[in-house]
Amino acid sequence: MSEEKSWREIPLGGLTWLHSSEYKTGEWRSFRPVVDHNKCTRCMQCVIYCPDIAIKYKPDVNMIEINFDYCKGCGVCAEECPVHAITMVKEKE
Amino acid sequence: MSKIVKQEMMGMNGDTACAYAVKQCNPEVVAAYPITPQTIIVEVFSEYVANGEVTTEFIPVESEHSAMSTSIGAAAAGARAYTASASQGLALMYEMLYIASGLRLPIVMTCVNRALSAPINIHGDHSDAMGARDSGWIQLYCENSQEAYDTVIQAWRIAEHKDVLLPVMVNIDGFILSHTLENVAVLPDDAVKKFIGEKKIPVVKKPSGELTPYVLHPDYPVSMGAIDLQDYYFEHKRQQAEAMKNALKVIKEVGEEYGELTGRRYGLIDAYMMDDAEIAIIVMGSTAGTAKYAADLMREKGVKAGVLRVRSFRPFPRDDIVKTLSKVKACAVLDRSISFGSYGGPLFTEIRSSFCYECEKPIIINYYYGLGGRDTPPNLLENVFSELKRIVETGKIGEEIRYLGLREDSIDSVNYKAELISFKDLNTGNIGGK
Amino acid sequence: MSVVKPKDLALTEERLAPGHRLCPGCGEPTTVKLVLKASDDPVIVCSATGCLEVSTSIYPYTSWNVPWIHSAFENAAATAAGVEAAIKALKRNGVYKYDKVNVLAVAGDGGTYDIGFQALSGAFERYHRIVYLLLDNEAYMNTGIQRSGGTPSYASTTTSPDGKVIPGKLQTKKQISRIMVEHEPAYVATISAAFWQDLIQKSKKAFAADGPAFLHSITPCPRGWRHADNLTIELCRLAVQTCIFPLWEAEKIDGKMVYKLSAPSKQIAKNPDKKKPVVEYLKLQGRYRHLFKPEEKTELINQIQEWVDTEWDIILERCGEK
Ligand SMILES: Cc1ncc(C[n+]2csc(CCOP(=O)(O)OP(=O)(O)O)c2C)c(N)n1
Ligand code: SF4
Ligand code: SF4
Ligand code: SF4
Ligand SMILES: [Mg+2]
Repeated sequence: MSEEKSWREIPLGGLTWLHSSEYKTGEWRSFRPVVDHNKCTRCMQCVIYCPDIAIKYKPDVNMIEINFDYCKGCGVCAEECPVHAITMVKEKE
Repeated sequence: MSKIVKQEMMGMNGDTACAYAVKQCNPEVVAAYPITPQTIIVEVFSEYVANGEVTTEFIPVESEHSAMSTSIGAAAAGARAYTASASQGLALMYEMLYIASGLRLPIVMTCVNRALSAPINIHGDHSDAMGARDSGWIQLYCENSQEAYDTVIQAWRIAEHKDVLLPVMVNIDGFILSHTLENVAVLPDDAVKKFIGEKKIPVVKKPSGELTPYVLHPDYPVSMGAIDLQDYYFEHKRQQAEAMKNALKVIKEVGEEYGELTGRRYGLIDAYMMDDAEIAIIVMGSTAGTAKYAADLMREKGVKAGVLRVRSFRPFPRDDIVKTLSKVKACAVLDRSISFGSYGGPLFTEIRSSFCYECEKPIIINYYYGLGGRDTPPNLLENVFSELKRIVETGKIGEEIRYLGLREDSIDSVNYKAELISFKDLNTGNIGGK
Repeated sequence: MSVVKPKDLALTEERLAPGHRLCPGCGEPTTVKLVLKASDDPVIVCSATGCLEVSTSIYPYTSWNVPWIHSAFENAAATAAGVEAAIKALKRNGVYKYDKVNVLAVAGDGGTYDIGFQALSGAFERYHRIVYLLLDNEAYMNTGIQRSGGTPSYASTTTSPDGKVIPGKLQTKKQISRIMVEHEPAYVATISAAFWQDLIQKSKKAFAADGPAFLHSITPCPRGWRHADNLTIELCRLAVQTCIFPLWEAEKIDGKMVYKLSAPSKQIAKNPDKKKPVVEYLKLQGRYRHLFKPEEKTELINQIQEWVDTEWDIILERCGEK
């Protein structure tokens, strides 16, 4: 949480002033998607479906990358991967 | 006086005067829904649109809720937005009124004051606007159609002032003002255009120091209307309270500047023969005209009577009112709406509490009047002055909360009371009685 | 329209940002991010109150990379109409920089079928150039899974719970998209994130339309439907494969609304054997558990199947497939 401001320090009208990318939803996760990049065909299904916009395609290295700051561990990517390149593993305590 | 612009006299009713002022202001968006006695505004404005006299996008919405929602969307996108309503329409907008002010959108609306159902009644009183008195809107009440015209023009300057940024409701009494022909002095179009100026976009500063225009524009991805919980909602309401406070000054400044242009000055209150007044009527809207006439009649009889018209009810000009009334011996506050269950009407309670810690204070009584368009002729107001005079002379106050223009019983009757029966009695026709 | 390559889509700017607080596996963000990717022009979003709105705008945070406004629950269409009108007038007055800006209204089923229907109907009749996206998760999820006009028969919600005498919602689902077609707008389409190619094409059409466009998305909600988080897209797929949510579009051509079945549903129309029984869809969802446990309520399941068949028939008819 951001440091709380007084009424004079914040903009009017309830205008937001922080981007949610500064809010890490990765802490919610109890299962973690693990990608087998050898199996991965770069089909982009997981990138397209991920509800948390947590999977990016990196064209320079031609790889997908999961951002664990945001991934909530829903398992949609693993379920939808046509070649089963993603497995969900339990997060350690 | 040379700075005063030459103005043309036009015969207009209050609704047309508002529509005409809006035409001259040429806002980007007008979204409205018809309701008596506001309908003329929508109709007349539609004609301006049909004849190409404005560049406004006119949106004949399917409800008042949408009228305000559409105005909110338009204002958020940087447009000037205007709407008009009354009574049930204002009531249907209620939810959106708070959102317009909470989002700090400088929308202008004419509220043609009308009674609220039930029973349905199309005539003037202040019940509709009083229901919205805590909605965060600036509320200005006009005495006549001239003021309606003048106030619609000033409203933009007040609403859009950088220290205010709040919506403004211009109140005019249903029928008495909305439908009555009056001579109205109108400014030339370009004078209005110059007075209200070009629409400006507020720029705000985030705690990071980053500046952001407060507008929905593709170049600036701002988010408006976020969910604001225990940690910040209160802070935003505090900001609104401050903006209302600032409006006290801005309404005066704009009214003065407008006076220099037109010769008609406006402020938060309008004090009529109050300098040496011993008794006074405090009132809002068109009845002030009648009260002033009654005061004249009293003055002719040597009674030091005055009238204090409250023009700005929100923000409430407490200091100005206290100052004006502190030397008065007795006064009557006239309320054109009932806050059911409250000890006195909304204007009364506010004025009485203004004097709570004052050493010098008048005796203050309250009259409800004019509900559902009930006529309040000069003789009734003379009676009020006479009562005040009697109170001053005898020191006996009597009833503090009274009704003006309400019929007295001619016979002893309890017909207004009910008896209760069961459904079984209902079905067998056993409804009591003899 | 040309097919969108998956990599191109993956690399298209994200207009919805991560860090939002929708539940894991929520169907709403996937649809929203994809629809937003389909617009080549700038977009301004007007959200109705609901899960998407609250979870993407918890003050002082926002997940929106595009201008965004939320004003109330029942007025997304009216707010969007105001934004559209403002831009039109500002353009007319020569002070607007962009020639084309898309205005997207987003609302849930509660904000569309029920409380927001009047504003929606009015805005479509007035023919504002807005795109209205309905995120249909078939209940009021934000307030804790209450029934709506979009809740299907026998689904259990907190205001249509399955009890000893009543097996969930007794009424059928309102056919909102067909009602929207009867408004004769520029475009209406049903979409399912599982068929993202179809979703993107339809969203592009919606944004290109020169009048109001309505996109109806089937949007699973793991919490309210009580399904496993990972099955969201699979349920989007099954909804289409069982024909409980067929994919179609209706476009105004020469003043007439012309229905067309979309490829994933068309395949089923051509090959009725491919139509999966609705039970395959139902049994994955806890909101229908009372239809299977303690014993299978075949009669009720059959009733749902009959309803699906009838509605599918109507769509086939409208699409000239019968
Ligand atoms: C006028 C009004 N009535 C009720 C509510 C409470 N409310 C907020 S969101 C919501 C349900 C939203 O349901 P839906 O539109 O289906 O969106 P979802 O959360 O399911 O995505 C309700 C009932 C409200 N905010 N405003
Ligand atoms: S869905 Fe599977 S194959 Fe496709 S990009 Fe993702 S991990 Fe690779
Ligand atoms: S588990 Fe869910 S949130 Fe995490 S990367 Fe996969 S799809 Fe995205
Ligand atoms: S309750 Fe349902 S719709 Fe709401 S965020 Fe959770 S999964 Fe999404
Ligand atoms: Mg819903």
